[in-house]
Amino acid sequence: MKSAPPTSNEAQMLACIPSLRRYARALIGERTAADDLVQDTLGRAWARIASWRQGGNMRAWLFGIMHNAHVDQLRKSRLAIEDASDEEFEVPTRATQADGLELRDIEAALYRLPEEQRQVLLLVALEELSYEEVAQALHIPLGTVMSRLSRGREKLRALMNGGAQPQPLRVIK
Amino acid sequence: MKTAPISDSDLHAYVDELLSEPDRAEVEAYLATDAEAAERVRAYAEQNRSLRELFDPVLREAVPNRLLKSVPAQGNDRTSSPRASWTPGWSLQRIAAGIVFVAIGAASGWVARGAFQPPQVETIASRTVPAQSVYEASLARQAAIAHTVYSPDARRPVEVTAEQEDQLVAWLSKRLGTRIQAPKLGSVGYELIGGRLLPGSKGPVAQFMYHDVTGQRLTLYVSNENAGNTDTGFLFAQEGPVNVFYWINGNFGYALSAGIDKGELAHVATVVYDQLGNE
Repeated sequence: MKSAPPTSNEAQMLACIPSLRRYARALIGERTAADDLVQDTLGRAWARIASWRQGGNMRAWLFGIMHNAHVDQLRKSRLAIEDASDEEFEVPTRATQADGLELRDIEAALYRLPEEQRQVLLLVALEELSYEEVAQALHIPLGTVMSRLSRGREKLRALMNGGAQPQPLRVIK
Repeated sequence: MKTAPISDSDLHAYVDELLSEPDRAEVEAYLATDAEAAERVRAYAEQNRSLRELFDPVLREAVPNRLLKSVPAQGNDRTSSPRASWTPGWSLQRIAAGIVFVAIGAASGWVARGAFQPPQVETIASRTVPAQSVYEASLARQAAIAHTVYSPDARRPVEVTAEQEDQLVAWLSKRLGTRIQAPKLGSVGYELIGGRLLPGSKGPVAQFMYHDVTGQRLTLYVSNENAGNTDTGFLFAQEGPVNVFYWINGNFGYALSAGIDKGELAHVATVVYDQLGNE
């Protein structure tokens, strides 16, 4: 299939959408918010398509743009929370309709990882990016990719093995 | 303690299948000697599998229209990227250049009409182009998008499979509000996989998907939003590796898309036309 003629930027970008949605859903957990992030990403990517290097991995490039968009969204929502601290906190909803206790367990465990570890793990495990591509997408050194991946996987393993790292009890008012 | 030159990174790369064959063999030999490391590797691989099982279903969801629209056709949205130096794949200019009339067998009563004027880019920009030209361009474009998005899906390319062809056709007919049918393309080597419903510009549209023995996929996009448009002959558009033949017949717009040779696709298109056009 290597001999296929070059595909237009537009077609390549369209073909990446399902994968961008999968990653965003796994990262954020909530469908509408995840699709908002994908939409933001596509808009940004299209506005700077001139900087896209033909022949590269468009998916990896788009994940980098998605990371920037996500960072910006988090920054905005932090401001919003400070502005309206009495507002109801959004309860994370389940990203999937996973049946099977194993899958439910790993889903719950995934959202107990620090986001920086979750990002790396998902880009590697789910999206099958190389470690170098992850480093580029997240603007971090390769060594940081490896340490986050390692800590994320170990924490997930501990959580799956019955919570060897118990969460501190949360104070409920 | 084992002091083999196997690092933590090597174990991860082994799990993620990023190692060369010699390195992979070396890690494997090491794992045979270190039960703790072997257990970690097993657990990590299981995490990868579970995460995919958990989130791969997202790949099979219909892509929301608002996301498809985020990747605009160049020519409609020049202002948003004024410095764009790229060549748009789907510029209307290219569609116009790519449109050819394939007069297939005047003898069989099939004459491409001359009524269609390839649009000038300037007239597109000033919005004086006949509505029909825009409609036709959008029909081919939407079909190519739908083909690009759904045909590579290995596991669930369709919503309803060909095993339930009767229900599929009844369901799509009901949702489109008119009777439609899936043409039989066995004579040209293509077998129905199934179909799905997609959002069109005004209402739902149908997509039938076929494959041949080599796994080559072909999609037929059927829209019945064509009131007010006149019939056309076969029109052709090309998007990267995807070739599209499309035409309007009565209220229906059809577009046949595949990454196959134009001549072969034209042949399939005539078979489709003969079955659907002579209801």
